[in-house]
Amino acid sequence: MKARFVTGLFLIFLLIVFTLQAKGQEKPAAREDDVHENNSEAFNPSTFILEHIADSHEWHILTKKNGESVSIYLPVILYSKDKGIDIFSSRRLAKGHEYKGYRLEEEGPLQGKIVAVNEAGIADEKNLPFDFSITKTVVGMLFSALLGLFLFITLSRSYKKTGISHPKGIQSFLEPVILFVRDEIALPNIGIHKYEKYMPYLLSVFFFILINSLLGMIPFPPPFGANVSGNIAFTFVLACFTFLITQFSGNKNYWRHIFATPGVPFWLLPIMIPVELIGIISKPFALMIRLFANITAGHIIVLSLVCLIFIFKSVAVAPASIVLVIFMDCIELFVAFLQTYVFTLLSALFISMAVEEHH
Amino acid sequence: MTGTMAAIGAGLAVIGAGLGIGRIGGSAMDAIARQPEATSKIQTAMIIASVLIEGVALFAVVVSLITN
Repeated sequence: MKARFVTGLFLIFLLIVFTLQAKGQEKPAAREDDVHENNSEAFNPSTFILEHIADSHEWHILTKKNGESVSIYLPVILYSKDKGIDIFSSRRLAKGHEYKGYRLEEEGPLQGKIVAVNEAGIADEKNLPFDFSITKTVVGMLFSALLGLFLFITLSRSYKKTGISHPKGIQSFLEPVILFVRDEIALPNIGIHKYEKYMPYLLSVFFFILINSLLGMIPFPPPFGANVSGNIAFTFVLACFTFLITQFSGNKNYWRHIFATPGVPFWLLPIMIPVELIGIISKPFALMIRLFANITAGHIIVLSLVCLIFIFKSVAVAPASIVLVIFMDCIELFVAFLQTYVFTLLSALFISMAVEEHH
Repeated sequence: MTGTMAAIGAGLAVIGAGLGIGRIGGSAMDAIARQPEATSKIQTAMIIASVLIEGVALFAVVVSLITN
């Protein structure tokens, strides 16, 4: 029953995606003059790469030869104090058009952000509207969340049905990974008495990052290929979870090590306490930067290798470029697993520092 | 000009990280050769240490990306 519910949700999601795509393909007549614009521009690899890595309000699929672009236009959800909530398709904002007093900035310091504009068309840079849009990254993230739910609800159903016996189907694929997280990450670091409390978090974070990183490597059909785990907001939130869990499970011993480090003379404490406090922040901060930079760097390298073809403007470069891209993809696959492991491992380590008993 | 400086910075960070991770890898090899039965423990410790170094190197990469 539950699986059917999840499948239903998934189908509804696909339906929304494809309706939006169908809508996006109707080209408004007002844009005739904007076509042909991009044709004469020289190829600029760094903007090309950054466009592919960054989040955006529309999911660009391809640009036709006449400069017209095919993309899935995603919903824009805005909230501003004076106008309230506005929900509309990002097709209305495409190519610098204004809609309901909003505009999507295409250049300048606010590039890619939606700004409120007045009648004269001047952007109000002080009061940006709150942007809760379902952007490319959000679609990718929701998709992998649904995929994760689907996988694990199926898994728990099959355990309910057969109990602990020889694994079957999806069980035999996921069970070793779950056991790996328990036996190699949680148990040795947190210890046998306390690890159970933190298993749900560690498993969720492990599979969420893993699914997102793997889906981010599949380049084409739209719910895939969003740069989710290479998005700093995403990694920031995950690092925040680790930070909060660490602080809230910190015992007396943990706080004593911060505010009255044993074995340190009292006149050193004015130096030690700030250092320890910075340490609390910098650990999850490093966690955030590490995942973000690893995944983004991988994508940048792959995209620059693809760019070689367009820089040299010859088909002869293509085979070499493709071989290098495949090689890089293999490394990225390894990095995706490694970074997932590392994020979970370090989360477990930080938690273990907080719950460690005095000895 | 800032672009060139950023590139030099990224290169310097790579030198540092390369030296650090190289040493960790070499020492781990020595340790595994001496005690092959402790391979899995040594590998975990090696990955943790190299990840910490890599984190610092990535700070440098991010800084050079931003200033570029």
